[in-house]
Amino acid sequence: MKGIIVMNEELRNLSLSGHVGFDSLPDQLVNKSTSQGFCFNILCVGETGIGKSTLMDTLFNTKFESDPATHNEPGVRLKARSYELQESNVRLKLTIVDTVGFGDQINKDDSYKPIVEYIDAQFEAYLQEELKIKRSLFNYHDTRIHACLYFIAPTGHSLKSLDLVTMKKLDSKVNIIPIIAKADTIAKNELHKFKSKIMSELVSNGVQIYQFPTDEETVAEINATMSVHLPFAVVGSTEEVKIGNKMAKARQYPWGVVQVENESHCDFVKLREMLIRVNMEDLREQTHARHYELYRRCKLEEMGFKDTDPDSKPFSLQETYEAKRNEFLGELQKKEEEMRQMFVMRVKEKEAELKEAEKELHEKFDLLKRTHQEEKKKVEDKKKELEDEVNNFQKKKAATQLLQSQAQQSGAQQTKKDKDKKNPWLCTE
Amino acid sequence: MSKGLPETRTDAAMSELVPEPRPKPAVPMKPVSINSNLLGYIGIDTIIEQMRKKTMKTGFDFNIMVVGQSGLGKSTLVNTLFKSQVSRKAASWNREEKIPKTVEIKAIGHVIEEGGVKMKLTVIDTPGFGDQINNENCWEPIEKYINEQYEKFLKEEVNIARKKRIPDTRVHCCLYFISPTGHSLRPLDLEFMKHLSKVVNIIPVIAKADTMTLEEKSEFKQRVRKELEVNGIEFYPQKEFDEDLEDKTENDKIRQESMPFAVVGSDKEYQVNGKRVLGRKTPWGIIEVENLNHCEFALLRDFVIRTHLQDLKEVTHNIHYETYRAKRLNDNGGLPPGEGLLGTVLPPVPATPCPSAE
Repeated sequence: MKGIIVMNEELRNLSLSGHVGFDSLPDQLVNKSTSQGFCFNILCVGETGIGKSTLMDTLFNTKFESDPATHNEPGVRLKARSYELQESNVRLKLTIVDTVGFGDQINKDDSYKPIVEYIDAQFEAYLQEELKIKRSLFNYHDTRIHACLYFIAPTGHSLKSLDLVTMKKLDSKVNIIPIIAKADTIAKNELHKFKSKIMSELVSNGVQIYQFPTDEETVAEINATMSVHLPFAVVGSTEEVKIGNKMAKARQYPWGVVQVENESHCDFVKLREMLIRVNMEDLREQTHARHYELYRRCKLEEMGFKDTDPDSKPFSLQETYEAKRNEFLGELQKKEEEMRQMFVMRVKEKEAELKEAEKELHEKFDLLKRTHQEEKKKVEDKKKELEDEVNNFQKKKAATQLLQSQAQQSGAQQTKKDKDKKNPWLCTE
Repeated sequence: MSKGLPETRTDAAMSELVPEPRPKPAVPMKPVSINSNLLGYIGIDTIIEQMRKKTMKTGFDFNIMVVGQSGLGKSTLVNTLFKSQVSRKAASWNREEKIPKTVEIKAIGHVIEEGGVKMKLTVIDTPGFGDQINNENCWEPIEKYINEQYEKFLKEEVNIARKKRIPDTRVHCCLYFISPTGHSLRPLDLEFMKHLSKVVNIIPVIAKADTMTLEEKSEFKQRVRKELEVNGIEFYPQKEFDEDLEDKTENDKIRQESMPFAVVGSDKEYQVNGKRVLGRKTPWGIIEVENLNHCEFALLRDFVIRTHLQDLKEVTHNIHYETYRAKRLNDNGGLPPGEGLLGTVLPPVPATPCPSAE
């Protein structure tokens, strides 16, 4: 049976004659998201001691436990911690990622690398999940960085070259919001000049920072007015000081009190408005729709996938997928073969060596044995010789003794005769 | 005595083959719960407003399919549901249009707006279903259509350069019209629902319920429910997708008591007790469509539009579409046989083609 499909391309605009009820759709959608909870991940990039942890504590009105880092870290590493916050019926899974040791080394050439690697790794994890056959994206714990707060040191002059280099490397991967830290060390007139210098440097170096969205009427106005104050000069404090008859977050100096939430003292309130109360959802959306898509596109192109081939016939991803997979399997097999051959070869070598050693041993043993035999024989010969000599000697001795005794006897007789002869007076009568 | 060299040679050779493991980036620790110590208002709950504004700006898509034999009042019901002339067929009383010889699939898109919320509604009609003498496999064109929409979405999703918003033409909800015989389900009904409940959300609806009395209605509903259960047909809301206890109790009530909804449709208004209501005028009285004592149309409307519309879309996206996708990626290189470069059957595709030192 053939099924004929008729699609009407042009959409008709209908008017409703009564209340249907789908205006509750946004609520339905929002309810679902609320029950699942939201994820928000902030990356804080800045030198050690510039006030990152304090600012996070101030922004979220809590004391996130953390030990201050030392200045002698060998390299930059990223420390991520997750927290669950709840306000009315909204559950937020907040992850704060800290750059430990940033700006402390003597050679800062590679400082940006661990940061870029971390951001890419989160994109990669999401991409892997998306490419799986059996995947569960709807309850995936999103670890991608939604906002990067770049802490600029309050020198009062301009951006450091480390700042420019790092921000340039990060601007296509994450939403960068530059802020001036410890702003209570800059005087008001200097602050204005400092801000303009920073913004012009960013523009002239082509650094793309996060643009607060101005396309929707409800937020366009507030976003536009706030953008003028970028980069926000913030002061963070979790200590409270009595101001008038209220307790407020502030820093107490001998010469006065810097109030964190006073807009004429610093831009903290503006930062909180922009980051959390107005644009949090937009930050999440930009991360997914722009930065992640860019990463995905680059990664897939790098792996050799294309949307269309030279004849502009659309490739199916599966086709290239399969081709790549076969290629990979082939390579894997080849490598396996290589490894196996290598193994076999090495085993042979070892065997040969062992045989050699064994042969040597045998030879040595034989040699020793022979030498032993020879020595033995020599000793025996010598022994024999000695014995012969002894025998000879004994014989000679015997012979000589005999001769001696004979000689003695004859001698004795002779002497007797002589004696007899000699002594005429002997009685021979 | 033996040369120490072979050992070092082995190690050097081995390290050539095994790539150096990439340093693992910092992994977030388990979340620490900090709730009741919030010292002041942060403003996190504004995200709800922010999200709502964004969704209102982008608008919603909803695609509803109606399936049933001709004359069961499908077009009228859709018009009643959306309070507008969604389906022009019902308006023309002259049935000059012949019943089609095969099942046709007609999808017509509309844009409706209410309370600042814009919705692109697509109604997919299936004239010819169940109308032939031999109705074997008449659900196949429908199943094919549904799968084609999944395929379209998958192709878009799999592109390198993706659109910001992938146009969603997948069928979110399928209203199946049961003939009010009063006895039981027909074999065609069972076959259709058995096949399609696996690929789309089916909501069975008893059409033209004004032909049954209250007792007949409740008996019929019970029998239909039993038959559906016996045949293993999981209609929406499916038991296995209940998210939590709250959902389960709410949905259980709907599944076991209200469904299938016995409805009456009408787009004509009459004066009843001084009010203008949608209804059907008969010699023995006016059947008020939105009166819960008369029929369950209001329940169906609230269920589909006011409470479960988003959920219908989500179940379609998170479950039916994912099932389709997984099956596609597991099969035959994802291509129908004979097409493309690879016509051979390949083993399941791993998650990533690149070797990774895990």
